[in-house]
Amino acid sequence: MYPSSFDLTVARSVAEATAALSEGGEDARILAGGQSLIPMMKLRFAFPSLLVDINEIAELASLERQNGELRVGATVRHADVAASDLAFGAVAAAAPWVADPLVRNRGTLVGSVAHCDPEGDWNSVLLATGATVQIAGADGSERSIPITELIVGPFTNSLGEGEMLTAVHVPVPSGASGGAYLKLERKVGDYATVGVATHLELDEDGRISSAGIALTSVAPSNLKATEAESVLIGESPSGELFAEAASLTADAAEPRSDIRGTAEWKRNVVRVYTRRGLEQALSQARSS
Amino acid sequence: MEISVKINGTPQKHEIEPRQLLVDFVRSTAGLTGTHIGCDTTSCGVCTVLLDGVPVKSCTVFAAQVDGHEVATVEGLKSNGELHAIQKAFTAHHGLQCGFCTPAMMLVGAAFIEENDNPSDDEVRWAISGNLCRCTGYVNIVKAIQAAAEERRAQ
Repeated sequence: MYPSSFDLTVARSVAEATAALSEGGEDARILAGGQSLIPMMKLRFAFPSLLVDINEIAELASLERQNGELRVGATVRHADVAASDLAFGAVAAAAPWVADPLVRNRGTLVGSVAHCDPEGDWNSVLLATGATVQIAGADGSERSIPITELIVGPFTNSLGEGEMLTAVHVPVPSGASGGAYLKLERKVGDYATVGVATHLELDEDGRISSAGIALTSVAPSNLKATEAESVLIGESPSGELFAEAASLTADAAEPRSDIRGTAEWKRNVVRVYTRRGLEQALSQARSS
Repeated sequence: MEISVKINGTPQKHEIEPRQLLVDFVRSTAGLTGTHIGCDTTSCGVCTVLLDGVPVKSCTVFAAQVDGHEVATVEGLKSNGELHAIQKAFTAHHGLQCGFCTPAMMLVGAAFIEENDNPSDDEVRWAISGNLCRCTGYVNIVKAIQAAAEERRAQ
């Protein structure tokens, strides 16, 4: 299968990339790992007129901790995240479950975030951990927005013309914290039937000071379970509390029946995985 | 556009179209047909090549993106007329039936044993989980990769 014809520019800097994007207009796209974009082009679901390849921009390849954040550059591969000692909590838990080993060697975390596929794993992790995304514009501008403001809908982000994501920043908690990502998949490399990201931070008295829960594949976009999060905050962790949060999360999910299972069954998986995910996050936080 | 690429150690220059896929470049332009096309949808992994030493699915990379990089295919495993340890192990342990997935399995195995020269069954199965084999049930593939790892360890 072949994509329709397009022009390709290999950018050597972020400024070059955003300038090319801006000149290319609304049909120009960034090419990073290409593990979602190239299949979509081959199936003719996407037909950009211009691809701006950012793989040769050295500054985008860094994965580092700075200023209390984990910074993941735009060309950092899923496999780099999985292999890194810097990853933690839900980020570290999700990395080995993205696609398959070969796709992880090429695909990028930031590309997956920009793609806004409701069946993509990373946006749930970013919603649960309160991450922000770094955006570069064609006029040399830079801005940073919370992940909640990037996700507009299925396969739709809020980036404007000439803008690209340069990095994702995940805050590194200063106190006790833990996280998990539980993914039910039919086989390796399949999209999640259900994915649940959880994140907990504890204060000095062992109470929950911050909580994040977000879902993959059970809504038109990755879904942040805000009501469930709010019942956790300020409370002492307990089985009953987690059961209540899990139940609220299941209520918030909007699963649909498809070849992977019925809506009712998926909602139950959300409930069970949320409870288990919170338990795992708690045990990690207590041993951190 | 023109690209410069090292294929199995040999520098080459080729004129290509931006939309040419790496797998077709390797097979049709470079004439190396050991790299196969299976699903053509990033699932089966039979099109695996090593890009700068890292296994990737060449049906999901544009040839333009290997400009200035190194590609290794199954044809490059042999060196100085001698089979690579992974090739000897696949032969000795009968790690194939029809052979269609074998070039990819060997490339993934060759890259994997450089990282882990004493892998468990589970570790090997995890490493090859992006590659489908429809004949063997994987048992002898796993044995072959472990045997090659042992050979690597002994070196």
